[in-house]
Amino acid sequence: MNKSAVKKQHREPLFHIAKRDDLVWWKAWLIRLAAILLAMLLVGVISVILTKGNFFETYQIMFIGAFGRLGSSTRLLWKFFQKTAILLCLALAVTPAFKMRFWNCGAEGQALIGGLAAAFVMMKLGDQLPYPVLILIIVVASILAGAVWGTIPALFKAAYKTNETLFTLMMNYIAMQLVSYYAYVNAIPAGSGQIQSISTGHLPVIGNQPYLLNILVVAVITAFMLIYLKYSKHGYEISVVGESQNTARYIGINVKKVIIRTMMISGAICGVAGCLLVAGTDHSINANTVGGQGFTAIMVSWLGQFHPLIMVIMSALIVFLNSGAAKVADSYFLNSSYADIVVGIVILFVVGCEFFIRYTVKYRHLQRGKSA
Amino acid sequence: MKKLVSALLIVAMLLVCATACGPASETDELKVGFIYLHDENSTYDKNFMDAAKAACEAMGVTYLQKANISESNECYDAAVELVEEGCDIVFADSFGHESHLLKAAKEYPDVEFCHATGTLAHTEGLDNFHNAFASIYEGRYLAGVVAGMKLNEMIEAGEITAEQAKMGYVGAFTYAEVISGYTSFYLGAKSVCPSVTMDVQFTGSWYNEQLEKEAATALINKGSVLISQHADSMGAPTACEEAGVPNVSYNGSTAAACPETFLISSRINWEPYYEYIITCVKDGTAIAADWTGTLETGSVELSELGTNVAAGTAEKLAEVEEELKNGTKKVFDTSTFTVDGAAITTYMADVDTDEAYTGDTEAIEDGAFAESKARSAPYFDLRIDGITLLNEAM
Repeated sequence: MNKSAVKKQHREPLFHIAKRDDLVWWKAWLIRLAAILLAMLLVGVISVILTKGNFFETYQIMFIGAFGRLGSSTRLLWKFFQKTAILLCLALAVTPAFKMRFWNCGAEGQALIGGLAAAFVMMKLGDQLPYPVLILIIVVASILAGAVWGTIPALFKAAYKTNETLFTLMMNYIAMQLVSYYAYVNAIPAGSGQIQSISTGHLPVIGNQPYLLNILVVAVITAFMLIYLKYSKHGYEISVVGESQNTARYIGINVKKVIIRTMMISGAICGVAGCLLVAGTDHSINANTVGGQGFTAIMVSWLGQFHPLIMVIMSALIVFLNSGAAKVADSYFLNSSYADIVVGIVILFVVGCEFFIRYTVKYRHLQRGKSA
Repeated sequence: MKKLVSALLIVAMLLVCATACGPASETDELKVGFIYLHDENSTYDKNFMDAAKAACEAMGVTYLQKANISESNECYDAAVELVEEGCDIVFADSFGHESHLLKAAKEYPDVEFCHATGTLAHTEGLDNFHNAFASIYEGRYLAGVVAGMKLNEMIEAGEITAEQAKMGYVGAFTYAEVISGYTSFYLGAKSVCPSVTMDVQFTGSWYNEQLEKEAATALINKGSVLISQHADSMGAPTACEEAGVPNVSYNGSTAAACPETFLISSRINWEPYYEYIITCVKDGTAIAADWTGTLETGSVELSELGTNVAAGTAEKLAEVEEELKNGTKKVFDTSTFTVDGAAITTYMADVDTDEAYTGDTEAIEDGAFAESKARSAPYFDLRIDGITLLNEAM
């Protein structure tokens, strides 16, 4: 239906919205980039109002906060990649479930329980086993714990059609309470309710860079997920179940099996993230170890349109905004709401621009020009 | 399309320019970096922030902050970042920051690392890692005196009998810092109102407004006629104002929100400590491994009195404060309390932090429990008679 071709006698509105069907990929990306830059411009204006500082200084501080000063140590840059890796890992974990339209809101808890398993092994077996065996048990325990935590809601969904959004969400709180309890009982020092530092079972450090291992592991998971979703039979089954369960049944896919299997993988990858956080980076655990990234990961997965490579960019963007805005807030002695505002604005623009990618705004005078 | 592209290019250029042409100033003056668990929305952190601002501005030094730093590797990263920004002193305000700050201290021996409420400095033996606290138990004891006076007034007015003089206390965790706090508060009240008893309800959280409010309400329903708390939210004071029960607050006056029921509040003023460490670094003298602020140093502060305190409270308060300052009165005087019906003559306190949670230091000296002497963080954890714990802290 080409609306502009239809001769209309009545007065046309100033503009109307039409669906686009053929936007070349680079134009779509240009729109997205424009949205981010416009959002950053607005962030700059708001920052000037809040800080009464220099317009450009805000951006400068953001870059310093996220990547470090030019010419100084590369530590912040490593930290940037580490944070991006963990967020990406969690986003990758929830993605297969999302593609299946199973709303796994439990990445936070699945990662935390994986971390708890790691902490438990580190503390209980730390000084009893040779190092390679210990590391192997830590990794396996975390993956299993995460997988179990992810599979429980899937079993209930498959058997009783329970609402997975609520179920996975509730499982987060159970995981947090379990971690709090564990930290309380095994606290160092006693009664403080906190495990400050576990001395055994740290994951190996590659090339003197404490975050490199985490980054490499997540890079491998990203590649795996790309192949798994796009080229494997499992990935195909996930897409079909997501599109229509009836179709899936019709072509002989065991829907229950796919739901359970996918959530097992989803939980297992969360478990890996928990293991990297506890045994790789923090060497301690508390209810805040995952720090809400399990929820941010949901947003990353959606923003990345369930595509692992776009999710890499989105994780990096969100980590950049968070660390950059935190630095601005600290520099001007603002509170944490500033970072929330910055991230909020950018996300709003990024989500909003999808509208302009899918639809086009047609103005009256343009159409007249065309039809004349 | 062309317009869009050119607009994008302009914005991109501006951004590049903004990042590339900024100055990175480095000066020789003293810099202090502060790490906070939350931001100004938490009364606990705000107390540190206000003191940092006041002390650094008074001493004319630059200060930086890293807020919302969790008790994890984040704290180590924040500390290193502050060092790289050129800080000479790095201070962290939360108990759980300690081991992460310690890690940074080992890597940067030229920078002083100071930590509030921690316990590791005296055993680690690093030259550049220090703990600090204040004898807040003295402040709580004085607040307890105010509470005891209020109870006496209620008994004299016939509102309650002497046996019904029961106070309620909302605590965070069953941890020495809290036990030391509520015990000193109780002993202060008992010093003027001998028949007083106390119930303690723990919330298992340092900051949970709802839980604290519920705990205070539960204590009131169980017969407590006066409430105090060791947790950071407005939960307990609000519950007291609603129920018309007198409240002894913590970390600052709550008189504005609770005008009818507010009696007094004690808090730690960190300004003297900040001034101490800045002076040490300026003069090149060593900072003490453990520093305990007192009434004398101005680290322990009491707020103004509420409008509904008992008559004569101000005079009594001044008298007891003087006794504490000149040492004629000790908060944990062993003749004023018993444990399981017997007076305490010897007690091994768990001062050194290790995985064996056993007593290692004799704490009874000259007829009193020597709190905050072997290390700055409190270690009084005796369960004395007259105080009933309704739960253990989870």
